[in-house]
Amino acid sequence: MNNNQSLEDYTPPRITSPSWFSGFILLVFAFLFIQGFSTAEISLERLIKGANNLTVFLGQAIPPDWSDMDVIAEAMLETLYMAIVGVTIGVILSVPFALLASRNTTPHPVVRTVTRFLIATMRTIPDLIWALIFVVAVGLGPLAGILAIILDTIGFAARFFSERIEEVRPGPANALTASGAGRVSVIAGAILPETLASMSATSLYSVEKAIRSAVTLGLVGAGGIGVELSTAMRLFQYDKAFSIILVVLVVVIGFEQLSSMIRKRVI
Amino acid sequence: MSAITIRNLNKYYGPLHVLRALDLTIGSGEGVVLLGANGCGKSTLMKCLNGLEKPQSGTIAIDQQAVTTARGKQLRKIRQGVGVVFQQFNLVENLTVFQNVLYGAMGQRPGGLLTVWNSLAPAEFREKAMHCLSRVRMADKANHRCRDLSGGQQQRVAIARMLMQNPRVILADEPVASLDPKAGIEVMDLLWEVVQEHKMTVFCTLHQLELAQNYADRIVGMKAGRIILDSNRDRSDNESLAQLYQGDTRVDGTSTNDEDCSTDNGRSIINNKSIVNDNSSEIA
Repeated sequence: MNNNQSLEDYTPPRITSPSWFSGFILLVFAFLFIQGFSTAEISLERLIKGANNLTVFLGQAIPPDWSDMDVIAEAMLETLYMAIVGVTIGVILSVPFALLASRNTTPHPVVRTVTRFLIATMRTIPDLIWALIFVVAVGLGPLAGILAIILDTIGFAARFFSERIEEVRPGPANALTASGAGRVSVIAGAILPETLASMSATSLYSVEKAIRSAVTLGLVGAGGIGVELSTAMRLFQYDKAFSIILVVLVVVIGFEQLSSMIRKRVI
Repeated sequence: MSAITIRNLNKYYGPLHVLRALDLTIGSGEGVVLLGANGCGKSTLMKCLNGLEKPQSGTIAIDQQAVTTARGKQLRKIRQGVGVVFQQFNLVENLTVFQNVLYGAMGQRPGGLLTVWNSLAPAEFREKAMHCLSRVRMADKANHRCRDLSGGQQQRVAIARMLMQNPRVILADEPVASLDPKAGIEVMDLLWEVVQEHKMTVFCTLHQLELAQNYADRIVGMKAGRIILDSNRDRSDNESLAQLYQGDTRVDGTSTNDEDCSTDNGRSIINNKSIVNDNSSEIA
């Protein structure tokens, strides 16, 4: 009997009341959501009007206008080039950044902190803002886009590379150090080979990401097909804009398929 | 001539006194096995010997070269003369067996990795690596990835890498602890054959008393950071060996709580060896 009593005492209750902390978070979130909803001024009237405008857009956009296909194709090619050049340089630069930022390969903890801060800065500032800055610095055109993609790629790839590098088991590197090898040789010979599969997967994903961002970078004048798209939209040439959107869709989906195919081979 | 000389060695991790005034001399060509319970400081001693850990006081000399004061190039030079065999093999698993063996020569020429990378390595290195592989009977696996090999095979590749390094002194830190008994004996046989062929000095930690007595010229026992036993193979009696695993064995003093347990371990090791003698009641 006594035993049964204590068992009941220890049985967890069916419902536990949430802690004051999660209650507080919930309250703040609910406040922000309601506030945000009301600032957006969502009304039934506006939604109906919006749907109307959308049909007007679609009505003018279909059939898409393929007459400027040569210009669109050229712009799309420029976009691809921007992405490929930017991501290649970005991925290559990511390796030294990642090595400096990883606990087991950095020459000094201070270097690690500084590099991690740099990488975080590159990541947190969105690519469109980098593009705006570089348009000011080097003028309109693909170069600004390429520079933006390089920084964006480093911010993303260097972080994942460095996480993988820190996961590498220390044994093989210790073994080579114990045989009298220098530090650079040990890092290049024992640590980098163990990270190659994961690095190629990250790099492929970076290419996908770069193509998507290269498309939008043109909107701020940093070269590529985005320039054509924003011009067409501003001149109300919705049929031309629609054909551009379709081209972008086909290229991006095509590349994602290709990259996931390669990734399956690699891993 | 002595290959390893340790004088009054003290090593602390924070307040923890791990190696307590250690003295040990190992002669050239000697095969010494170091025994001791978990946490008695064996691995720390091994790490101090090739400069992976710095002791606070005392001296270590390998082939008359001071390890404790060596820095940079000088330390790397000493390390080149000391081959290490690890419990976890420590091969780069993503690379081929052949590449891993080539790595053994990494420290030997200026240029490091560039001189031992498969595509760039000089012909003599490549030839020597294949010789080392065939010595451990792994030549047919040269082009396999290390991750596809069994534990025993990986340890044989690690021995080939050590041969490639061409050291005079071998440190082996529980080389068979992660292998099954059969593979363990194969690896120990191979290691000792190789060592005798090249007249190397070997200092090897083990957990199996039986293996220690079969292979060692000399058995050294450590307990709680001190050497308490040093005898020839023939004169090492089971009672004093069992003492190594009883009572306060660890340097951090946590072993006092499970004294009964460690006594049992000590006994079971003896029992497993099926040489329970008349003293067994006294040991318990």
